[in-house]
Amino acid sequence: MSVQAIVPDYRGVVRDRFENFHGNQLVYVAWDKHLMFCAPFAFPVPPEMSFKSLLTDVATDVFAVHPEFDQLDWSKAEWLLDGQPFIPQLDVALKDQGISHKSVLRFQTPELKGYMGADI
Amino acid sequence: MNKNKVTTMAAKKLSLKEKYSLLTRDLDWEFSYQDRKDAFPMEEFEGIKITDWSKWEDPFRLTMDAYWKYQAEKEKKLYAILDAFAQNNGHLNVSDPRYVNAIKLFLTGISPQEYQAHQGFAHIGRQYGGVGARIACQMQSIDELRHVQTQVHAMSQFNKYFDGFQSWSNMQDRVWYLSVPTSFFHDARSAGPFEFLVAIGFSFEYVLTNLLFVPFMSGAAYNGDMATVTFGFSAQSDEARHMTLGLEVIKFLLEQHEDNVPIVQKWIDKWFWRGTRLLTLVGMMMDYMLPNKVMSWKEAWEVYFEEAGGALFKDLARYGITMPKYAALVEKEKEHISHQAWWTFYTHGHATGFHTWIPTDEELDWLSEKYPETFDKYYRPRWEMAKKLEAEGKRFYTKALPQLCTTCQIPMLFTEMDDPTQIAYRDTVYNGDRYHFCSDGCKDIFHDEPEKYVQSWLPVHQILQGNCGGPGVEQVLSDYYHFNVGADNMDMKGSPDEKRWKQWKGVA
Ligand SMILES: [Fe+2]
Ligand SMILES: [Fe+2]
Ligand SMILES: [Zn+2]
Repeated sequence: MSVQAIVPDYRGVVRDRFENFHGNQLVYVAWDKHLMFCAPFAFPVPPEMSFKSLLTDVATDVFAVHPEFDQLDWSKAEWLLDGQPFIPQLDVALKDQGISHKSVLRFQTPELKGYMGADI
Repeated sequence: MNKNKVTTMAAKKLSLKEKYSLLTRDLDWEFSYQDRKDAFPMEEFEGIKITDWSKWEDPFRLTMDAYWKYQAEKEKKLYAILDAFAQNNGHLNVSDPRYVNAIKLFLTGISPQEYQAHQGFAHIGRQYGGVGARIACQMQSIDELRHVQTQVHAMSQFNKYFDGFQSWSNMQDRVWYLSVPTSFFHDARSAGPFEFLVAIGFSFEYVLTNLLFVPFMSGAAYNGDMATVTFGFSAQSDEARHMTLGLEVIKFLLEQHEDNVPIVQKWIDKWFWRGTRLLTLVGMMMDYMLPNKVMSWKEAWEVYFEEAGGALFKDLARYGITMPKYAALVEKEKEHISHQAWWTFYTHGHATGFHTWIPTDEELDWLSEKYPETFDKYYRPRWEMAKKLEAEGKRFYTKALPQLCTTCQIPMLFTEMDDPTQIAYRDTVYNGDRYHFCSDGCKDIFHDEPEKYVQSWLPVHQILQGNCGGPGVEQVLSDYYHFNVGADNMDMKGSPDEKRWKQWKGVA
């Protein structure tokens, strides 16, 4: 049973359908083991946006406040897409490399240990 | 003269027991030409089997006439004290102006839920075939209405002197962190009548209420807030009744039919998990927002859940009920969640309707002492970082909106409990759409009724869909949340609240 309802075949309204975001899709981005940022960020971006643009035009501004950001080399970051290892193609559109509406992108930088080496 | 005489005589003739029976059980009647099922259409769809409503033990043994009299007396006392509070500038007696932010959280986060409890109990007070259960729920419904009213009146004293109290009714189902308690009650109220009662009456009022009530009321007492303390006293006898009702419903359902046991267990698992997620806000309040601390969140959890709840579930074992599914996980979480939550509010302090701040050095030491296993290792460094940034004139506020859990609607701030530096991610794909959760508990709840939770009104997504005004966050805060931007939000340091307090106290 997909819901305990008093009427048969009750269907809920899917409130966060792609169609509701006016041409954007949601992408969540997080820097693993950098808990200065308490949770992943939610970005509305066009599916046609390139991965490179997501990094430079969207993510950089948000993550740049971290004291380790200057040492961050995007080309060395390791990525997970929806929990699976992922090698991004910088000039390819998000939608053409499997980054879909409400996908989670996490990047890991094992050599950067966070503020005071405390994963912050 | 005659009229008086008649009433007195009638009263003399009725024993308490008779009066009780006339004013409760006797309000029901046999249905001669209507089908009872049509009169109580919600009684069966949840799968609960009731074989004999007469087995319902009235938990209150209270009749309406006695109820009115008793409540009116309490009301009189409460308002006398609130008047005195106003006349004597009681707001100047609080320990520290930071304290007032705890009751901003109470007014915006809890009081509207008293109103939802009122609505929910009024609804189910119509839905049960058994009159005893209906009357009990109707009385609780009136209690809850009285709670929201008296809380608003008690806290309105502070609204004259501090920011952040003015738009609680507008904020409650709009603001990103207030959707957490609001959606909790929406979930319960949109369930069937038995689930509602297990959710609110048992899991919340009976199992978890001490973790909500005691912290706020003792917090008020420890911090010189007589208005809130007095409200607390006035609600205490109600809460005792509510707890009795919560326990009665569980025992009644379990004794009625063995098929009810797995259904009730599932609801207990669900609502225990939802309740503990909700109480994250209380844990944060206890550990970070009370200038004079009552006890740590961890201690409160140990006393009020592990000890008291442990005994309760031992008692319920004879019905085949076991400890709530994620109780063992929550035992680990007690070391972490308050710290993770306050860091979230601190870093989103530009978007909160109360002030946030870095704990003082003494408070940091208190936290180290209360959380010897975790605080220095995982959480103190965050505050060292915040202090450094603040000293450089770069008080840290995040620049984007956080991802939320679909079920509890809390930002995805919780970590794996065995790896407190790793955010916990859970997700699922349902009908082609992806959904995210903070925990297995929240994912389980979604999985059980996906058609319910695909409808989650997630504040961040609503903002990003353009449904909350904007385009910028600042406009959302001012036009949609009705914050006084620059006064209600941001750090305690330099706030108008702080400036006024210093003026009143004559300190520079
Ligand atoms: Fe209440
Ligand atoms: Fe209550
Ligand atoms: Zn959750």
